[in-house]
Amino acid sequence: MNPLSVVVRTICDIFAWFMGIFGVYIIIHGHLTPGGGFQGGAVVATMAAFLLVAYGGKKVLSFVRPGFYSGMETAGLVLFITAGFLGMGTTFFYNFLAGRGGLFGAVVPIGPNSGILNSAGTISVMNIAVGLEVIGGLSLILIYMFKGIRLFDDHAGRSESGHDR
Amino acid sequence: MKRRVLFLVAVLVVAGVFWGALNRIHPFGDTGRAPMDDYYLENAQQERSVNNVVTSIVFDYRGFDTLGEAAVLFTAVCSVLALFRKGSEGK
Amino acid sequence: MTGNAPFLVVGIIFFLGMYAILFERNLIKIAIGITLLEASANLLLIVLGYRTGGSIPIYTLAGGTRTMVLPTPQALTLTAIVIGLATSALLLSLIILLYRHYGTLDVREIRRLRG
Repeated sequence: MNPLSVVVRTICDIFAWFMGIFGVYIIIHGHLTPGGGFQGGAVVATMAAFLLVAYGGKKVLSFVRPGFYSGMETAGLVLFITAGFLGMGTTFFYNFLAGRGGLFGAVVPIGPNSGILNSAGTISVMNIAVGLEVIGGLSLILIYMFKGIRLFDDHAGRSESGHDR
Repeated sequence: MKRRVLFLVAVLVVAGVFWGALNRIHPFGDTGRAPMDDYYLENAQQERSVNNVVTSIVFDYRGFDTLGEAAVLFTAVCSVLALFRKGSEGK
Repeated sequence: MTGNAPFLVVGIIFFLGMYAILFERNLIKIAIGITLLEASANLLLIVLGYRTGGSIPIYTLAGGTRTMVLPTPQALTLTAIVIGLATSALLLSLIILLYRHYGTLDVREIRRLRG
């Protein structure tokens, strides 16, 4: 696809990083506010879609390697399964870090309160793991679907279709 | 034209069946007794030390379903990648 | 009758989705119809768990102890939305491959050409 005009590229420069930081905020505060791993991962994946539309496919595909997103997705899934197996002393997926005072283990007062970021043991670890997996997976789908369309255009021998500049 | 009239009649019959069924489950806003959800709402903050009850259900009380869902997402990504390979194009 | 309005909205969206699947010719409009069908099912799941005057089931900065809505249907809807996303991604990839092979997106033409 051809890159869009200067106005769109400038707005993309300002807003793409805002979307990335907002998505990471939704992922990390998953145990305090509505959100969590899946929702925050979808918000960060729209950053990849935004860059793809504003800058044109040729520049983005020369800038990013698909192996980076593939590694992120695999690391997320492996971290999720490991966090499930570590509590195997009692049962599979047991929350062995909650209320213990260690990594994510602060004790939460009962009733309405303003949230503590350090609480909720393996739930926070699993939020980050699923967030990584959804970011990697959705960005990989977008990049490979775009490569599939571009393959079709070069194969048919015509110029790139579907755009008016 | 006849197909659309037939479709409209079928829609009215199915809508009548759904309307009769949905009127007999609870009215909107009054769920009756829900003992499992009352247990989740009262005890999730004390046992798991988390403020968000929905996240504790998704990742802790029913974490096995989330493992299946992560596997489904991984399988979908692998299938899309397998459809767009440049394997035997140059023959 | 107006108290049961969310159930009626679920039925209307379901009807629109079924109309789009059965009576449209473009493949992408059929894909949109399938997405509408999944949206109506997710909406029915969430609407079933509402208590009158309830707040969201989150304890952060909740003022005063009131009734809360049921949290279990919301957790099940999360899984259903992700599965719908996986279905849509595969559907659109197959539509791209169909367009590359047949050169058209009309369902009746594809049925007539027979590859």
